[in-house]
Amino acid sequence: MNDAVSVKSLTKCYDDHLAVDNISFNVRRGEVFGFLGPNGAGKTTTIKMLVGLTEPSSGSASVAGYDILDDIVEVKRRVGVVPETSNLYDELTVWENLLFASRLYHVPKQERSERIESLLKTFHLVERRKTKFGKLSKGLKRRAVIAAAMVHQPEIVFLDEPTAGLDVMSALSLREFIGELRAEDTTVFLTTHYIEEADQLSDRIAILVKGKIKTIDTSENIKRSVRGTPVIEAFLSTEPSAKVFTEMECLGEVELNGRRIRIETVNISEAIESLVQVTSENGIRIEEVNTIRPTLENAFVKLTGVTPETMKIEKERGRR
Amino acid sequence: MLREELSGIYFILLKDLKAYYFKPPNISWGILFPLVLTLAFSLRNPAGLVELAPGLIAMAAVFGTTSMEAIVITFERRTGALERLLLAPISLRSILFAKVLGGTVFGLMISGVMTIIAMIIFGMKVTAPIWFLVSLLLTLMTLSALGALVAVSVKEVFEAQTLSNYFRFPMIFLCGVFIPIEAMPAPLQIIAYLLPLTYSVHLLRSTTIGVIQLQGFTITLIALSLFLIGFLFAAIALLKRSLT
Repeated sequence: MNDAVSVKSLTKCYDDHLAVDNISFNVRRGEVFGFLGPNGAGKTTTIKMLVGLTEPSSGSASVAGYDILDDIVEVKRRVGVVPETSNLYDELTVWENLLFASRLYHVPKQERSERIESLLKTFHLVERRKTKFGKLSKGLKRRAVIAAAMVHQPEIVFLDEPTAGLDVMSALSLREFIGELRAEDTTVFLTTHYIEEADQLSDRIAILVKGKIKTIDTSENIKRSVRGTPVIEAFLSTEPSAKVFTEMECLGEVELNGRRIRIETVNISEAIESLVQVTSENGIRIEEVNTIRPTLENAFVKLTGVTPETMKIEKERGRR
Repeated sequence: MLREELSGIYFILLKDLKAYYFKPPNISWGILFPLVLTLAFSLRNPAGLVELAPGLIAMAAVFGTTSMEAIVITFERRTGALERLLLAPISLRSILFAKVLGGTVFGLMISGVMTIIAMIIFGMKVTAPIWFLVSLLLTLMTLSALGALVAVSVKEVFEAQTLSNYFRFPMIFLCGVFIPIEAMPAPLQIIAYLLPLTYSVHLLRSTTIGVIQLQGFTITLIALSLFLIGFLFAAIALLKRSLT
């Protein structure tokens, strides 16, 4: 079976700036493919090349089995694109915008109304059908843009920051919709600043840094590949003296903060046994113990070199 | 394939007319502009209005097409709405052609009002109606394509307006409406023949107050058509280049 997207040595150069640097990857049919990276990593440029908005400087790619250079119109027929900006027409109503999209994508006349009705229901826009797009709230605009991208029932959907600026409920509802797309075997190519969103939704994730792909794998494997020293974190019944744990320092780095003890160690079982022994000898109860697994966010930070502070700023920017 | 391209052009045109051109303020301006033009020239020289009529129709065409056309394209580029069209299964040349048709239809409304005023108030007669319509449509499409070319050359709406004026005013003053081309100094005559409106005025005059001389009329039609093709191809090339 052909891949939904197949990219070989794709490169995009703007004057003296290398936006995408010789990347290769495949997206399987029916999978949700997360495409992550810090701002300026080349995510949007890659999408733009794949959907025919800009030509690659070199390399090749096929989308839905069609070459992006030779058969871009065939590619466009089969993909739905939700760009980062909500770019429907302010002066047209929600219904008129969806009707225009359905006409532009040659949806048969007899099917148009039915499909639009169905999308209005899916995206909870039925009551807003006669509202001009320009008058909608940010969240409703985002839903209308996604509905417009789905009107021709595309095989592959490119979602560029789909939940940016959405309220919690709208974002949740959209994530559910992405789940439904997966169930229907629609391929989803997702870029997002929300690492946890990509972690939750994606079958596989690619992390792009400065135009190059750092890794492509399942979320679990990415976390595993960058796992540092495991950490045991325990909450104790009373605040102990640091001296109590001196003999444990041979097992790893011990950090005591009030009733919380954090042990960074390669030997988890030995460290737990030692902790149990030391605490019971000193009449301290262990109230809670956790082994901390690295999150995708930890992996992302490690791979991209982007600090948590920068990521927070990027997230806030995404929300605005 | 051709059918899909044509239907795409038609639906983009319909959308543009509804979303931008046929808004109440634009329709009011479309009716007021020819009326104000008529009033201004009536006060200045009531006796020579018939002579001036083809020029006034051409002026209405210039402002009707280029003013809105340049705004619509630059506005859509800024808001990302043009990107929506570029994502659809339709060629770039069809998208641009649809945009040019939008300006043409709006220009037809304004120059149509001007023509009706010229016929009713000035007493202008259209001696060759079919050729008049062909000339007017060719003029509108050419000027609209010029508006599109200006729009794809710049990024901001105000830049499009400023750049349009570089073409609009020289065209109006040098097209032979106010001063006969033969009476101009040689360098200005050369510039006049490099401007499409000069050919438009010649065609509109020939089909109303003048006489169609087959050879001259055909050559002028061809010349104006070449301007149209040139502007269209240049606009497509510029838009394509901006995407790469």
